[in-house]
Amino acid sequence: MSTPLKFYQVGSFAVGNRLLGDEQLSVQSRSDRTNSLTSGHRACQGCGEALGARYVMDAAMAATDGKVIAVNATGCLEVFSTPYPETSWRLPWMHSLFGNAAPVATGVAFALKAQGRSDIRVVAQGGDGGTVDIGFGPLSGMFERNDDVLYVCYDNEAYMNTGVQRSGATPPAARTNTTHAVGENPGASFTQGKNLPKIAMAHGIPYVATASVSDLHDLEEKVTKAMSMHGARYLHVLVPCPLGWGTKSEETIKLARLATESGLFPIYEAENGVITETKKIRKQVPVDEYLQIQKRFAHLFGPKGNPEIVKAIQAIADRNIAEYELLGERQ
Amino acid sequence: MLQQIEGSKAVAETIAACMPDVVCAYPISPQTHIVEALDELTRLGKIGNCQFVNVESEFSAMSVAIGASATGARTYTATASQGLLFMVEPVYNASGLGLPIVMTVANRAIGSPINIWNDQSDSMSQRDSGWIQLYAQDNQSAADLHILAFRLAEELSLPVMVCMDGFILTHAMEEIDVAEKELVTKYLPKFTPRQVLDPVDPVSIGAMVGPEAFTEVKYLGHFKQLKALEIIPELSSEFEEVFGRPAAGPDNYKGLVTKYHLEDAEVVLVALGSVLGTIKDAVDNHRKNGVKVGAMGITSFRPFPLDEVRKSLKHAQKIVVVERAFAPGIGGIVSSNIRTALSGIDIKINTVVAGLGGRPITLKSISELVDRALYGTLPDFSFMDLDVELVERELERNLLTRRSGPMAENLLKDLGTR
Ligand SMILES: Cc1ncc(C[n+]2csc(CCOP(=O)(O)OP(=O)(O)O)c2C)c(N)n1
Ligand code: SF4
Ligand SMILES: [Mg+2]
Repeated sequence: MSTPLKFYQVGSFAVGNRLLGDEQLSVQSRSDRTNSLTSGHRACQGCGEALGARYVMDAAMAATDGKVIAVNATGCLEVFSTPYPETSWRLPWMHSLFGNAAPVATGVAFALKAQGRSDIRVVAQGGDGGTVDIGFGPLSGMFERNDDVLYVCYDNEAYMNTGVQRSGATPPAARTNTTHAVGENPGASFTQGKNLPKIAMAHGIPYVATASVSDLHDLEEKVTKAMSMHGARYLHVLVPCPLGWGTKSEETIKLARLATESGLFPIYEAENGVITETKKIRKQVPVDEYLQIQKRFAHLFGPKGNPEIVKAIQAIADRNIAEYELLGERQ
Repeated sequence: MLQQIEGSKAVAETIAACMPDVVCAYPISPQTHIVEALDELTRLGKIGNCQFVNVESEFSAMSVAIGASATGARTYTATASQGLLFMVEPVYNASGLGLPIVMTVANRAIGSPINIWNDQSDSMSQRDSGWIQLYAQDNQSAADLHILAFRLAEELSLPVMVCMDGFILTHAMEEIDVAEKELVTKYLPKFTPRQVLDPVDPVSIGAMVGPEAFTEVKYLGHFKQLKALEIIPELSSEFEEVFGRPAAGPDNYKGLVTKYHLEDAEVVLVALGSVLGTIKDAVDNHRKNGVKVGAMGITSFRPFPLDEVRKSLKHAQKIVVVERAFAPGIGGIVSSNIRTALSGIDIKINTVVAGLGGRPITLKSISELVDRALYGTLPDFSFMDLDVELVERELERNLLTRRSGPMAENLLKDLGTR
């Protein structure tokens, strides 16, 4: 995962330009990219999930010579991409149910194995709800069997498709329509949460990684790497949702970056249950900077705000930074 | 070749002869022996390159089947009871998508109270799931119907459930002619899917469909079921030509129903599944005494052969439907279908719920049923061999005290301590 050219002028490593050599050119900046999720779909403006899915699928297609079968859980991605006859998918794509993307993908993988089609690869994808909640058991089964599937979770931290309700991935204090910002403890409660990348690692599967739409080149590289491997692989991508988070459409990338730079969303890779690489934060950003620009956390700020809760969230970020050793220069 | 073999094993060997590409399963009694045998057959390389997938739930079993079938694989799974209920969501999904999966349901009661024994409330609960449902009367037909099921499923692009009574059939040793692979290959051509996930010709499957076409998609599912009513008789007679016996058993009529002494029958007993064996014995006994009794079995419950049922039953004077499940709050399930078939014809139809949760259906009880039907003393709806006193004592306890405790446990306690 190395990018020798650094682009300090934008404060990020995002690279989508034509200055790099062919080796480092992103999939998305190539003229022969597949446009697997093509334009014209019905995602909201600034949808992180649409962006993430496009990069993931094009990278997977590039890595497999265009031989990918995609399986999708119910959720925003499925709904905004498929109303017929306007399907946006330009690869073989299937949606079955909310909680079964993993086992449907397993079925595809075994069918291909039975047919001797080792050249065709399978990618399953779903939202955080489909992944950490309703599809969790089946996903764990897929991990445990080490089925030959790359599963990608697009984490926007709530059930967005049904109108923004709390999921097992909703962060503490966040307002959703089932965790209203009223009463004594406004917003989602402070729970242990459900850290799916860690749970995936505990299965000892060949590859687990987190990624974010704030670093699309890194996302592409991780997909490319995942597709070079076999067995169960898991990729957890943070995808801000302007509608659910109450954020400006043009700030999706900025939000994703702040989530990482504050320490709230650590970015790393693990192989066979062991972390092999962590994306360093050059300068830790206080969580306020990230939280303040989101309406779902509005109740924490201002005259009626709750600095104690902000502190508690800061503590989570600090704990992540210590646990994953996030501070320092990127190698 | 004729062999003394357990029903489950005969089914497993027949499935193997059908050469599925993917078999996925989750264990539940009384289905277990089928999938255990298939695991072994797969490992021994008896099913070519077939992949046997041990999943972590029935929900995943049907989901794996969906993915495999949509990728062009001939796909099989088996379940029962709670397992069938656990996979209901993907069961509907499979039929809605039109995927030709074949599934055995080893019929077993549904809890609560938890009960592993046989009745048909599991598959009956899925009668409107869009799957074709074929019911086997004995183990020869249980095995054979699976071959027909694959052919039918793939011809129509619709999933098929083959229902066989748990334990009574799955665990019974009988002399069975397990179909030879050469003959199966002759009868069941290579699977050519109508829709397939393929990078060469990418399609989207399972997209959102709004009011503009949803009714039409559902109509086509219904249409295919009706089409099955035409195709099953064809496939059935072709089966007989290839294998030298009908797939649905000796009294087979067009693969849709079975008829036993119906020609002049005044009283006709109607049923699905293995209970027809006992019913036929009762018919024989009554016939010896000069009573004109007959039996009709329903092989294809979905689609329901309205015409064949009507033609077979319209000359009867009394019909008794023996049901292995019922619809609480109204009564018979099969009977209401029979009534639809006979609409406009004035024939007395009695519904008798029998053999719930494994209660034996004895020849004596069936014979009494015929007598009572003849004398006109059978209620419209009744439960065979119901322990009325046991029920009444519980109702009394309910009246005596508000906190009368858990019902099922009360009954067991009552039985155990009297
Ligand atoms: C069994 C079942 N329960 C509930 C739903 C309703 N439902 C559809 S999508 C969805 C939320 C999806 O949330 P997530 O997986 O996070 O994806 P997002 O829309 O946020 O991308 C819900 C609750 C459903 N389709 N199926
Ligand atoms: S609600 Fe959120 S996830 Fe869904 S399309 Fe809109 S921005 Fe994307
Ligand atoms: Mg979500």
